[in-house]
Amino acid sequence: MNMLSNIKHTAAEEVLLNQLSESRNNSASGALEMLSERGLPTRKVEPWHYTDLRTLLRGYPHPPSAIQSEFSGESLKEMPDLAQGFTIGFSNTSHLIGAVKDLPEGVTGEVGLAAANTTHEVEIAADTVGLLNSALAENGAVLNVAPGAKVDGAITLAHTCAGGTASVLRHLVTMGEESEALFIERHHSSTIENHENVVCNLKLEKGAKATWVISQELGQATTRLGQFNFDMAEGAELTILVLNAGGKLVRQEIHGRVRGENANLAIKGVNLIGEGAHIDVTTTLSHEVPHTTAEELFRNVVTGHGKGVFQGQIRVAQPAQKTDAQMACNSLLLSDDSDFSAKPELEIFADDVVCAHGATVTDIDEDHLFYMRSRGISERDSRALLIKAFVDEVFEETEPEALGESLIEIIETWLDANA
Amino acid sequence: MIEIKNLHVKIADEDKMILNGLNLTVKPGEVAAIMGPNGSGKSTLSYVMAGKDDYEVTEGDILLNGESILEMEPDERAAAGLFLAFQYPVEIPGVPTMNFLKAAMNSQRKAHGENELSTPEFIKTVREAAGKLDISMDMLKRSLNTGFSGGEKKRAEILQMALLEPKYCVLDETDSGLDIDALKIVSDGVNALRSPERAFMVITHYQRLLEHIIPDTVHVLYKGRIVETGGKELAQHLEANGYADIIGKAA
Ligand SMILES: Nc1ncnc2c1ncn2[C@@H]1O[C@H](COP(=O)(O)OP(=O)(O)O)[C@@H](O)[C@H]1O
Ligand SMILES: [Mg+2]
Repeated sequence: MNMLSNIKHTAAEEVLLNQLSESRNNSASGALEMLSERGLPTRKVEPWHYTDLRTLLRGYPHPPSAIQSEFSGESLKEMPDLAQGFTIGFSNTSHLIGAVKDLPEGVTGEVGLAAANTTHEVEIAADTVGLLNSALAENGAVLNVAPGAKVDGAITLAHTCAGGTASVLRHLVTMGEESEALFIERHHSSTIENHENVVCNLKLEKGAKATWVISQELGQATTRLGQFNFDMAEGAELTILVLNAGGKLVRQEIHGRVRGENANLAIKGVNLIGEGAHIDVTTTLSHEVPHTTAEELFRNVVTGHGKGVFQGQIRVAQPAQKTDAQMACNSLLLSDDSDFSAKPELEIFADDVVCAHGATVTDIDEDHLFYMRSRGISERDSRALLIKAFVDEVFEETEPEALGESLIEIIETWLDANA
Repeated sequence: MIEIKNLHVKIADEDKMILNGLNLTVKPGEVAAIMGPNGSGKSTLSYVMAGKDDYEVTEGDILLNGESILEMEPDERAAAGLFLAFQYPVEIPGVPTMNFLKAAMNSQRKAHGENELSTPEFIKTVREAAGKLDISMDMLKRSLNTGFSGGEKKRAEILQMALLEPKYCVLDETDSGLDIDALKIVSDGVNALRSPERAFMVITHYQRLLEHIIPDTVHVLYKGRIVETGGKELAQHLEANGYADIIGKAA
């Protein structure tokens, strides 16, 4: 199937090309053509400069025939909730828990192949994640929150991925005017090499208010390509909370359009990057109309040979006067071999805006450490307190409180094991 | 008892010597004032005692209760009963003061084989000690020393000392940056901790603090050595005449 190409495909590309040629999703041919001609993106493709996917993606699991998943419906149910509510759970691409007829009041939807062919209206450059996803997705949820509905409790989309398999899912959530809801995306996986690609699209109608959590505690050999795309109408409010606490190669993209006046957006995240992990968070925000705000804050902790990437692009179109966009990315390096690359990028075409960005990279302050130790606190405990102080702040004011506490607990577990 | 014997100290990655054969003994129950002009090595002495690794001891020893502490980590020295009230307490954003106090108290209790304090016990103990130093519980909810005024920082140091109940207290210029009311509060706090088991080294540049914390002995530190030792009248002499004649005599 790759006779058109003039490049020598990598092992991962070969498997992907095979799978794409068999896919019957609408966008399969587009993805096939892209991959066949250009291959996976390399560092020469600007949005992939710090994550050379072609080199980093060593292989791609063959399609699962009959998976003996260690994540049965039971183990999905046993995952402690991050916040109380309703869970739709997928073990690879099988929908194992949470029947849509039991969705909370104000929410309707379906789970099935139809989700694979849903689309969004956000423009994305070098959209490898999205193209592969829409071509290969085998399942997903399409959910609608009724106008005015204030959904009780969280709606969790739980994902697990078995060892040696690939799992591709695609979800679409539409929130009607003046509705309110909390969505939680969770990702767990086997510690054996595998691959997850999950795209979630969220559309917020006028005045809708949402919190969207992306929390991953993937196994140390998992590759995850994740994408969250959103679209905000007038007066909409969205808070996105990201917690990366696992995985080997993770690319989390967040792309959004702020296209209604008086829309307010906050993106806050913590990236915990352990020995040998490569975690890339790439966000692109487009402010298209006047009077919108965006606040973006990431705190990163990197240990061992871990490598972190943050790319934050904010585009302010010419009509988008009075945009207020603030972006900060602070990294704490715990070892000499750890590394973090931050690339904030402001493209501003309006003249009356307040936009700022800041990126810092530090290590643990020796004077802080000495002061704490001089009070009898061990070096290990002192470091833990200082690291916790650095990251906990991000989720401290999270609503509901129990959600913030759950996220902080995941952080503590990770720090205990890795820092 | 604190015994400092023939202590020679240099900066870790340079040749520069700061302490040059310092000798000092402070007995249990004694308050020893260490005075000296700026740059004479007072803070260096306090840091070396606490175990800061910017400095290297090239000769001599520091003993607490007869045991050398030079090979101990800073936290082990604290557990052995040493406490340094810093000249410049560091601000640590993000660590609430209460959490820090609890970690410090429980770490030391653990080192002494005692049980951790329950939260109600802990809060009660802190509330009482803070009240005596005119420290509000609101201040203790804030990040450690972060945005505290000079006076608040010094009071917070004395609070930590009161809570940790050390046997060997080193106070480095605790009077600097304090107005007269704060000086009184801090001095009362220190005086309340004086006891027959506890030894104090009160480092100060001025005699002012010693009107509130009356020392048993006064030692003049100059160019990294104790050049004069006397009773509290030595401090008054320095106040009236400056350091010139004593330094001149030593030189
Ligand atoms: N970490 C350091 N690096 C370089 N010089 C230092 C350091 N610490 C102290 N010194 C120098 O050592 C001398 C004594 O300083 P210090 O102990 O702070 O004196 P004091 O507290 O009596 O004013 C000064 O000349 C000071 O500049
Ligand atoms: Mg000093």
